[in-house]
Amino acid sequence: MNKGTLRRVALALAAPIAAVVFATVASSIFLIIAGSNPFSAYGDMFEYGSRLEIQVDILNRATPLYISGVAAAIGFRMNLFNIGVEGQYRLAAIVAAYVGASVSLPAFLHVALILFVAMLVGGAYAGVAGVLKVTRGVNEVISTIMLNAIAISGLIAWLVREWQAGGSVDAKGANLGVGTEPIEESGLIPNINSWLELFTREIGKGKELTGVLLVAIAVGVLYHIILNRTRFGFDLRASGINPFAARAGGVNDKRMVLGAMVLSGVVAGLVGMAEIAKLGRFSPNFVGNLGFAGIAVALLGRNHPGGIAIGALLFAFLDTASGVLQVTGSASREIVFIMQGIILLAAVIAYEVVQRYRIREEARLASTLLSGDQE
Amino acid sequence: MPNAIELKGITKRFPGVLANDNVNLTVAEGEIHAVCGENGAGKSTLMKILYGMQPADEGTMELFGEEKTFASPNEAIDAGIGMVHQHFMLANQLTVLENVILGAEPTKPGGLIDFVEASAHLEEVGKAYGLTVDSSDLVEMLEVGERQRVEIIKVLFRGAKILIFDEPTAVLVPQEVEELFRNMRELKANGATIIFIDHKLEEVLEIADTITVLRQGRTVATVKPDDVSASDLAELMVGSELPKPQLSESKALETVGLSLHEVTVLDEDNRPIVDNVSLSVRCGEILGIAGVEGNGQHELVGAILGTQSVDSGEVALMGDNISSQSVRKRRENGLGYIPQDRQEEGLLLTAPLWENAALGHQTAKPFSKGWRQWFIDRVGSRTQTERIREEYDVRTPNIEVSAHALSGGNQQKLIVGREMVSQPSVLVASHPTRGIDVGAQASVWGQIREARSQGLATLLISADLDELIGLSDSIVVMFRGQIVAQLDPSEITPRTLGAYMTGAAMEEAENE
Repeated sequence: MNKGTLRRVALALAAPIAAVVFATVASSIFLIIAGSNPFSAYGDMFEYGSRLEIQVDILNRATPLYISGVAAAIGFRMNLFNIGVEGQYRLAAIVAAYVGASVSLPAFLHVALILFVAMLVGGAYAGVAGVLKVTRGVNEVISTIMLNAIAISGLIAWLVREWQAGGSVDAKGANLGVGTEPIEESGLIPNINSWLELFTREIGKGKELTGVLLVAIAVGVLYHIILNRTRFGFDLRASGINPFAARAGGVNDKRMVLGAMVLSGVVAGLVGMAEIAKLGRFSPNFVGNLGFAGIAVALLGRNHPGGIAIGALLFAFLDTASGVLQVTGSASREIVFIMQGIILLAAVIAYEVVQRYRIREEARLASTLLSGDQE
Repeated sequence: MPNAIELKGITKRFPGVLANDNVNLTVAEGEIHAVCGENGAGKSTLMKILYGMQPADEGTMELFGEEKTFASPNEAIDAGIGMVHQHFMLANQLTVLENVILGAEPTKPGGLIDFVEASAHLEEVGKAYGLTVDSSDLVEMLEVGERQRVEIIKVLFRGAKILIFDEPTAVLVPQEVEELFRNMRELKANGATIIFIDHKLEEVLEIADTITVLRQGRTVATVKPDDVSASDLAELMVGSELPKPQLSESKALETVGLSLHEVTVLDEDNRPIVDNVSLSVRCGEILGIAGVEGNGQHELVGAILGTQSVDSGEVALMGDNISSQSVRKRRENGLGYIPQDRQEEGLLLTAPLWENAALGHQTAKPFSKGWRQWFIDRVGSRTQTERIREEYDVRTPNIEVSAHALSGGNQQKLIVGREMVSQPSVLVASHPTRGIDVGAQASVWGQIREARSQGLATLLISADLDELIGLSDSIVVMFRGQIVAQLDPSEITPRTLGAYMTGAAMEEAENE
């Protein structure tokens, strides 16, 4: 590794490390103010997080966070702020659950159909915001916020009643309550405990590692390939960096806005799939707020597929490990929300500082080269 | 009686440019004093110094006999100087009164805005200077001329005695210009002093009491309108000597590369910005477009490139009508483009050089590959960028650095390189050497000449007369959206060129 590469890697790592260090120090201050010992609180969290079963929980939590982060990042790469991931994934989940429950298919096809419907609905719903922006100039932040409201408290509330399961108990005799018909076993993505167990011991306590993790990994790989290796991705990034230059370079900006929005929605549609695989249906206590958390994760991960993964794992760790604080009583679990907020703020600031330093550094390098030539 | 303004020996340097070089300007109280000159003559810099937006490096400023220096526009406003900006700085959803007081609100105790006092003061000001406007109207309902009146009142409301008008007629139609001039005379009759920046000579001659001409940062002359003709002024502006054409014998072929047929572009108010323009550029020919900026050149370029919607007319590339084609299709069909602002329209500043080299050519080899060129060819792109770097002398540590790391000249060489390397059949070059050093300039000129000899049809838009005359086989002049003249670079004189660029020639023709 030469000096330049080493330097670049160091620079890339500087920002997140600085952010985490700063956030830890700042959170410690809050803990001390609240009368807790920060060391014992962190100690508890790490000890808890080192257990295999908890790590499964962390991965299960990180999976939808990651997909949601990628969905937000696709918009960000084009300077579009898709706040609508929240509404898109929930609407996609209920429609996919309904369609999935109303057919009987071989396992592979059944799962594929459910994923396809989810992507279709997510993409179409995000597309509404895209069409509004392209044809009427409606700001996507406003339209996606509105569409969230329409989806969550409007469409879904209505659909849940419309598609209410007929029977009151499921096949195993458990009470069903409010929600769609259960999907047959063939439509549920199986857990991948056996994959993880290859590397470690048996997973206990009935914990299941979601198979959607594989979908998340595929999403990350495709995201990287589409953004960095295809012309579509090039056009999208170019429009994001400089829409005027992109236009002069032949990029159809309207088509790109629509394309980025729909693609973001397609990915958003997959956010709820882990929950569907777990519950086997859509019910009102379906997990929420993943869309908003995804925005934070994308910011933390700098829209980079690897970075988003780290961000999702970090947030999932904090979410999951916070549970132990209440048990041990070493701190209040709400400290975790404060930490997440501080990490995010610190990361955004640190990235900006490093970015400016890098720009100056490059300019200095280029100009020394110039003056060297002239001498 | 002391003069309203006396600027002595004002000098202002920017890196690599001497914007004002020992400029003197004396404005008597109660007169309309026009300052004219081409783009880049130093008018704006001088006005920014006077208005406190920039400090002068050297020189003194006296207001009504007292020496002053302004650290900010607020100090200039306090001293009684007001600026009427070319582009209106008004909030459309607020009323006239609210706009006028914005930033200078009279307040009642408790911090509430005193609208009664404001309204009374507004009326007073309006009466004193003979400017009427309904203070309760929303600005968005007003006509262009009325908006300008609001701008003027805004300045007067703050107690200005000296008003600077920065190219006020640029946004107006002839009747509105008449109205503006009436307002200006009214202001003058009521004791205001006016500095009027313009380069439309017929207007200057009509309204000004005294005219100061700037050229290349220097005061060239101060004259009275009765003593000069429009052509005299034009000559003063352009200079008495023009560069010599430096082209070898024209090798233009018979094939027409680019042709425009009666192209018209309208603005939002349905006024023509490009007005019925027809022209053709043959292969191996460079056609230069001269003209003061803002006369439709930018929109004309947009119409050719496809970024500007055309209201009527036809654009043809190598004989094929491309009027309805997308920008991408036009680029693929061999249209090269050097934008006037490389950072704004040419580059992805935070992306690496090799991605910048691909921009505009990403649908073609070697930048993309695979089925329907759907994939970026990272190896091909990098190889091609290395080639551009060598052949076009782009000085950079490597091709992975972001574009913003490069100096302006090297950024421009990269753009020229990426356009030339794809061997376009037609090149639209808009101010291809603006703001770059002499070495880079010579290299870009060399590239354009070289491409001409290989049969490239080039449309060159430039404000730099050295460039225009030195490169062009033929020159047309654009004024108010129209092509007003076609000139031969070897026979061109400062007088004729200046006269067409400033509209003086048309004025004289009408008078005859």
